[in-house]
Amino acid sequence: MADMNMIKSLNSALSIALKEDPNVVIFGEDVGYFGGVFRVTEGLQNEYGPHRVFDSPLAEGGIAAIAMGMGLNGLRPVAEIQFADYIFPAYDQIVNEIAKLRHRSGGEFWSPVTIRTPAGGGIKGGHHHSQSPESQFTHTPGLKVVYCSNPYNAKGLLLASIECNDPVIFFEPKRCYRGPFYGDPHNVPTWSGHPDADVPEDHYIVPLEQARIVREGSACTVIAYGTMVHVAEQAIKDSGIDCELVDLQTLVPWDRDTVVNSVKKTGRCVIVHEAPKTSGFGAEMSASVQERCFYHLEAPIQRVTGWDTPFPHTTEWDYLPSPQRIAEAIKKTQEE
Amino acid sequence: MTERLTATTAPYTIGIPPFRPGEDADFGGAFKEQPGDLWRPDPATCTSDDTAPHARGLLRVLNDKGEAKGEWDPKLNSNELIQGLEYMMRLRIFDDRMIKMQRTGKLSFYMRSFGEEAVAIAQTMALENQDWIFPSYRQPGAQFVRERDMVSMICHCIGNTEDNVRGRQMPVHYTYKEGRFISISSPVGTQFSQAVGVAMASAYQKKDEVCISWLGDGTSAQGDYHYALNFASTFKPPVILNVVNNQWAISTHANLATGGRTFAERGLAYDIPSFRVDGNDFLALYSITKWARDRASAGMGPTHIEVYTYRAGAHSSSDDPSAYRPNDEASCWPGGDPIQRLKDHLMLIGEWDEEKHEALAQKIDDEVMAAYKEACEFGDLASGPYPPASTIFTEVYETVPWHIQEQREELGK
Repeated sequence: MADMNMIKSLNSALSIALKEDPNVVIFGEDVGYFGGVFRVTEGLQNEYGPHRVFDSPLAEGGIAAIAMGMGLNGLRPVAEIQFADYIFPAYDQIVNEIAKLRHRSGGEFWSPVTIRTPAGGGIKGGHHHSQSPESQFTHTPGLKVVYCSNPYNAKGLLLASIECNDPVIFFEPKRCYRGPFYGDPHNVPTWSGHPDADVPEDHYIVPLEQARIVREGSACTVIAYGTMVHVAEQAIKDSGIDCELVDLQTLVPWDRDTVVNSVKKTGRCVIVHEAPKTSGFGAEMSASVQERCFYHLEAPIQRVTGWDTPFPHTTEWDYLPSPQRIAEAIKKTQEE
Repeated sequence: MTERLTATTAPYTIGIPPFRPGEDADFGGAFKEQPGDLWRPDPATCTSDDTAPHARGLLRVLNDKGEAKGEWDPKLNSNELIQGLEYMMRLRIFDDRMIKMQRTGKLSFYMRSFGEEAVAIAQTMALENQDWIFPSYRQPGAQFVRERDMVSMICHCIGNTEDNVRGRQMPVHYTYKEGRFISISSPVGTQFSQAVGVAMASAYQKKDEVCISWLGDGTSAQGDYHYALNFASTFKPPVILNVVNNQWAISTHANLATGGRTFAERGLAYDIPSFRVDGNDFLALYSITKWARDRASAGMGPTHIEVYTYRAGAHSSSDDPSAYRPNDEASCWPGGDPIQRLKDHLMLIGEWDEEKHEALAQKIDDEVMAAYKEACEFGDLASGPYPPASTIFTEVYETVPWHIQEQREELGK
């Protein structure tokens, strides 16, 4: 075991994938010699060579396209889209092509592409370095969608994604690369000493489709993923209410049993994400919880999300769900 | 080449096609470019600069008399020539039967390769069996070269129980893995940049394989075309990238698709050897593709080809070209008809005659009809049977996840 931040644990996962499978190749903008703008691929080109870890031309659509072509011809590509905000030139290739290849070809062709992309706000990135576009992909049959939240699950989920024979969109909460974020921009710890930063150096996987119960509780189920797991954890502490916190980890397919069992136990549910509210993944969770747990619910389901506006620059703390907003939503579920 | 025509330059330029309905389609007679105009560089050492004349000219082997001339003559033997003719005739007869089936409601949709039969057939014949075919919807003919059974093709077009893609795709969107013919998708151009990735994977695995792909003059406006050329230029994988300039993208003429000069010339800016080839000349197509394969096999990377041809038929069964171009435009095309030209050549060298031609046409037509009847035994469009509804839910993922399994149970089939 070693104390790793999320950058180090993702790097460890990629290094293991490269070592264990000669068909794994990694490419994207700035990922080669430089090691990526967030340093996730640092040292990998040096260790595994310029044909396995390389810088691509600056064209997300082209990156996704060559990933699909490589994947259907025997390789296991891991492509990086530098910021999730820049994934849209690749949207057609991902949604119409990579996601549909297996189905449309009657299973004759498939392409096990993993697309890693840093997402989410909290780094003063303004509109185009802060978005969290997961629901643009959870609405696409054929894709698995993963959203890690800490060094331990980042490594295990990334290895599971690379080894998965389905295409995976792998969101990395960039706010949490170097430390958990509890909603206070003036007090940002590092991962050092955090139990979830205690990461095995060897291969392990965190299975896709499994949520993680971060904290057990009886009064309310709080469902979150990415950075919001930590913000929700803080909110639960602040509220003084005994909540169960579920980190979804995989959004498609999400962990039905963990979510449903938790809400049936607590009878209350708050869903938190930083993406806009309308048609966000919280809408799917809310509808599904209502369908499956209606007779166990004691209060209306609450959603705490980013606003239905473009993501702001200097006012981002008023955009992102804060511990205060989440705590208020938790309290609201206790009033009924 | 035909110069780009413009209607007006103010307030901005709008291109116009050479002719509209009611006008005389007059392309000025035969091509002025002749076989022998362009030299054949060594594929293992050629630079893109060497091909500047080839990108601006027109590579031909068959002259207007049907003679094979110049150093690009691939010197195919008569068996190979007759095989090429047979594949092209098969494709045309197959297409003609299928469009009749579509017109009588037996297929939901169809697209012919009419006038462009030489493209995929000559080019696939010039490749090796291990080479990857990444087609658009106008290259189904490659499947004949790779010996796909017509019954299987028709079952796909009907979408019946033997459709290998299980009724999921529109007709003509073939997949044929055994022939390394990769799944066709409707969004145009996406395959072009994917083909570069396929070729990179072949190179990575040190396999002697190339990947060939095609898109149209209209589609060359898409980002995917430029991604493909730039990635191919950057990584130099063994890929053959063809722009099939058949003049028309549904109703939009190539003059409206770009203000550039030849499509081939674009490749020069990417430092990729680039050629403009007579797309109705079977021998020229075969020869340039063989050259490109030799170059790729020598580790020299991509070749970019403009296939200069004419879409003699409608875009698809849903299109009516008489609304936007003269009806006789195809017959005025200086490149003539690809089947007629190879037939003329074979007759000129004494390897073919009308009697053999008619007998072969009849034999193929009988085979197509027999294949159609056999395909219908697995279900026809009107009454099925179709693939079971459960196939809606399978192969979305490697295994069926719980939420899709629940939905399947909700359908109850």
